Amino acid sequence: MFLINCPYCGERDQSEFVSGGEAHIVRPKQPTELNDDQWAEYLFMRKNIKGIQFERWNHAHGCRKWFNVARDTSNDKIEKIYKIGEQPPKL
Amino acid sequence: MSKNLRINNKQFVDETRKLSFVFNGKKLYGYKGDTLASALLSNDIHLVGRSFKYHRPRGIMTSGSEEPNAILQIGNDDALTEPNARATEIELYDGLICNSQNCWPSVKFDIGGINNFLSPLLPAGFYYKTFMWPASFWEKYEYFIRKSAGLGKSPTKQDPDMYDHRYMHCDILIVGGGVSGLIAAKIASDDNKKVLLLEDKELLGGSLIYDDNDISKIDNQKSSEWLKKLIDNIKNDKNIIIKTRTSLAAYHNYNFLLARQNLTDHLSVNVRNNKIRQRLYKIRAKKVIISTGAIERPQVFHNNDRPGIMLASAVKKYIDYFGVRCGLENVIFTNNDSAYETALSLHKSGTKLNAIIDIRDNSSSEIVNKVKSLGIQIYWNHTIVNTKGYKRINKVSVMKLNDKGNDVIGKKIELNCDCLAISGGWTPMVHLFTQSGGKLKFDNKDNIFVPDKTNLNQLSIGSAKGDFELDDVLKNSIKDTKKFLQIENSNFDKIDVKCSKEKEKKNIWLLPSDKPLSKTKPFLDYQNDSTAKDIKLALREGFKSIEHVKRYTTTGMGTDQGKLANMHALGIVADTTNTNMGDLGTTTFRPPYTPLTFGTIVGRNVGQFFDIFRKTPMHDWHVNNNAKFENVGQWKRAWYYPKDDETMHDAVQRESKAARESSGILDASTLGKIDIQGTDANEFLNRVYTNAWSKLQIGKCRYGLMLNEDGMVYDDGVTTKLGENHYLMTTTTGGAANVMSKLEDYLQTEWPELDVFLTSVTDHYSTASVCGPNAKKIITKIFKDLDLSDESFPHMSFKEVKLGEINCRVMRISFTGELSYEINVEASYGKYIWEKCIEAGKEFDITPYGTETMHLLRAEKGFIIVGQDTDGTMTPVDLQMDWIISKKKYDFIGKRSLYRSDTIREDRKQLVGLLTDDPNEILEEGAQIVKDENKKPMDMLGHVTSSYFSPTLKKSIALAVLKEGKQLKGQKLLVPMIDKTIKVTVSDTVFLDKENERING
Repeated sequence: MFLINCPYCGERDQSEFVSGGEAHIVRPKQPTELNDDQWAEYLFMRKNIKGIQFERWNHAHGCRKWFNVARDTSNDKIEKIYKIGEQPPKL
Repeated sequence: MSKNLRINNKQFVDETRKLSFVFNGKKLYGYKGDTLASALLSNDIHLVGRSFKYHRPRGIMTSGSEEPNAILQIGNDDALTEPNARATEIELYDGLICNSQNCWPSVKFDIGGINNFLSPLLPAGFYYKTFMWPASFWEKYEYFIRKSAGLGKSPTKQDPDMYDHRYMHCDILIVGGGVSGLIAAKIASDDNKKVLLLEDKELLGGSLIYDDNDISKIDNQKSSEWLKKLIDNIKNDKNIIIKTRTSLAAYHNYNFLLARQNLTDHLSVNVRNNKIRQRLYKIRAKKVIISTGAIERPQVFHNNDRPGIMLASAVKKYIDYFGVRCGLENVIFTNNDSAYETALSLHKSGTKLNAIIDIRDNSSSEIVNKVKSLGIQIYWNHTIVNTKGYKRINKVSVMKLNDKGNDVIGKKIELNCDCLAISGGWTPMVHLFTQSGGKLKFDNKDNIFVPDKTNLNQLSIGSAKGDFELDDVLKNSIKDTKKFLQIENSNFDKIDVKCSKEKEKKNIWLLPSDKPLSKTKPFLDYQNDSTAKDIKLALREGFKSIEHVKRYTTTGMGTDQGKLANMHALGIVADTTNTNMGDLGTTTFRPPYTPLTFGTIVGRNVGQFFDIFRKTPMHDWHVNNNAKFENVGQWKRAWYYPKDDETMHDAVQRESKAARESSGILDASTLGKIDIQGTDANEFLNRVYTNAWSKLQIGKCRYGLMLNEDGMVYDDGVTTKLGENHYLMTTTTGGAANVMSKLEDYLQTEWPELDVFLTSVTDHYSTASVCGPNAKKIITKIFKDLDLSDESFPHMSFKEVKLGEINCRVMRISFTGELSYEINVEASYGKYIWEKCIEAGKEFDITPYGTETMHLLRAEKGFIIVGQDTDGTMTPVDLQMDWIISKKKYDFIGKRSLYRSDTIREDRKQLVGLLTDDPNEILEEGAQIVKDENKKPMDMLGHVTSSYFSPTLKKSIALAVLKEGKQLKGQKLLVPMIDKTIKVTVSDTVFLDKENERING
């Protein structure tokens, strides 16, 4: 069970949060101009890497804010937490 | 007590408090301070159970949680009985009742014992190999296998005990109250840290507290005396919270740990009333120190499982701690020095020790020399090749080992004994370390796995990290703890420790016998009856991974999780395959460390607290009017209101007819409600719904369909424009929370530029929905000034009106196909408005109806229920709702997915209506639809999603999803059931009032 440092509320138990999968997948501004493959890339393809993964988390039972987490999937260590809209850190 | 097995030991057992207990129907006595195991042993009872597979007689083997054999059924109450309790961990209480498991008719005469003689026919994988064919017989086999398998009996009634959960936070958590844990606790406390110290036994002190030899000295005192002073000190230390009878169950990431405290299990049953039985601690620790100690290993030789064969350390503990001799004629069999401490304890208590058999060539350590000086016979470089005695050991056969240690030579020596104390070295308890994600490394010197790398803020000390001798344990614990806590000096820095040092080491995982291996039974896992032969068989049959070997042979899969067996299993695999044990690795250690009862895991979340449930403001009215309820998400919704002895079908038919012919009223308060405000609210709706919202006027309502980005229907509901930049969205009851989350997600992450604010107001308002031909008359009676004319208040519009002081939002919207008005008020007025409607509707025989009737009425109109007629694979086109997809809008959630190659397939499953050829035949929801009954297997074309008998149409109607359904209208299809086949015809989805005459009044 992680301890997650919500950028708005501080450190809280993982049970207050929900994970929203991989971060930095931007919804295309003009979906109609994409072909099936390009749209499928946005819709379905996720990296699911071993190592540092950037993902979205939501403080669902707290401030309900979304934010980004850089987590090492091999040991669940959270390397960095940063707000939506910020660029992923170089790790 | 025919034999005098109690020695004079008043330290830990209170001989003034005699306790009676019943074992297998026989009344026996023990003392306060005994465990069930020590009490049984003091009554000369070793044989307590039968093994799982061969039903061999088995006796108490250990004195701790690693016990594989002495697992008993405690209690005989249907609700409170507990199976698989380890006698070595049960503190004796007055009136305890226990029974042996896995034997019939009795532990002394067990019919299943015949398996022992059939054992050549029962190799590893026997069940897998034998009960393979014919496959259809499996159900019959299973019945008999189930009967012969399994250990104890589960309680059959609800657990009446109370359990508790509690959160704990600390700077330093110390797991294990032995000497190293106590020292660490003191060092941490002296540094002003908040310490939580857990000990699974009743008393602190570990094994050193009853250590009684004269060789070990700490600061020139007897080590146990020194330790007692430290314990007194710690008990008075305000920085240290001590929880005894508390075992750590699980060690998760981020130093989150679960521990279980036993609060009443040691008390007599009659004083347990109204006390919490067990408490589960959920602990967050800044740092964790693991000082869980080590478990002694047995040795693996032919017939090493007879009652009377015990771990040497257990024999020592029963003498030194409980004052109980395990036998009157003892033999020790060892490969290391620690068993010589048992020899000294036996000697000191005046118990006969016939011989020590040691597989090592010799040893001249201090403790061995002392034993030698007592004149005790030691057979060096010898091994036990066999044991005798069916229900209790009476003889061991001993032979000399050859140079390589893989065979025996010379002549056989027979020694008498009624207790054989064995020791095969020690295994650090690394369970918690590995549970937490730590990696182990193999130590070739002691043949053990020890903690290596960890990502967490934790430390293993004492024998849990592989230090076994007192000076190493103390000095390294002090040194490592200081470093871990970044402390320069401690009060233990000048500690002076004297102890015997082991000089010789020798280890043979599988000891040879004078018989070939195939004729012997060298047990590894006592509980699951797996032998060294089974491991070798598994390897011969091609199982290479230790995880596969484990599962094939079931080694380590009993309730003890192989605490005694696993190292030998690994050793034998390594030896047989010529692999380094370090390369082989271990099997995975999974929580819980010792079994937890379900009650502890669940805590207070039982009965009405199992899950929260939500009630509408009108709930009491429904209860008083005989409503039956159904769960919708967490809501309790009125399902139907049976009158007299009506069945559900009768009630629903009556309610539906009333709603169509006069008037009905529904509690719609549970629908999700989201208040949407902001200058971009309209744009937001355009982006989240498939249809267009730009032209919606204030005071008007519109139905909307929401998709996922993959194009599949996600939710639906009516949204009302309350004012410029102000909307009230309704969602399905079950989908409310998810819709809210999804909308927030898009607002925060994809469209942060939009000026939109969302507020969940589901609980703020309650809704009474009045429908039917007389609805207008009823509403007029309540709101006398409200103009209900179609011109002023048409379908899909809304008006704000006051009833006295109460603000009411009245919406003319319909889910039933009837003219209908929904009155929304602040929740606290919900019941008042509801009763007002009932009162006003009395002359029209207004009929309250529940969700079942609502479902029927909407099905007649072909209105979908998201989640019933859709399942996350249906697009609006599949639902034949093309009309709701805006062609003009550039984008909305899911739009692009509506013309992916998959979603434009013509042969997708599509929503259709079904009419049964026999109008009285009601289809079963979920039933499969086929075309050709004779082709086997039948091609399943779809399934029934909604099905009812319509009292208005006087026939059965159904909705279904059907492959290529749109093209199949009028087609005859079949719905095969278990006892018959129902003929159906594909129809339109709207069964009633296609022209919407009713809605428009």
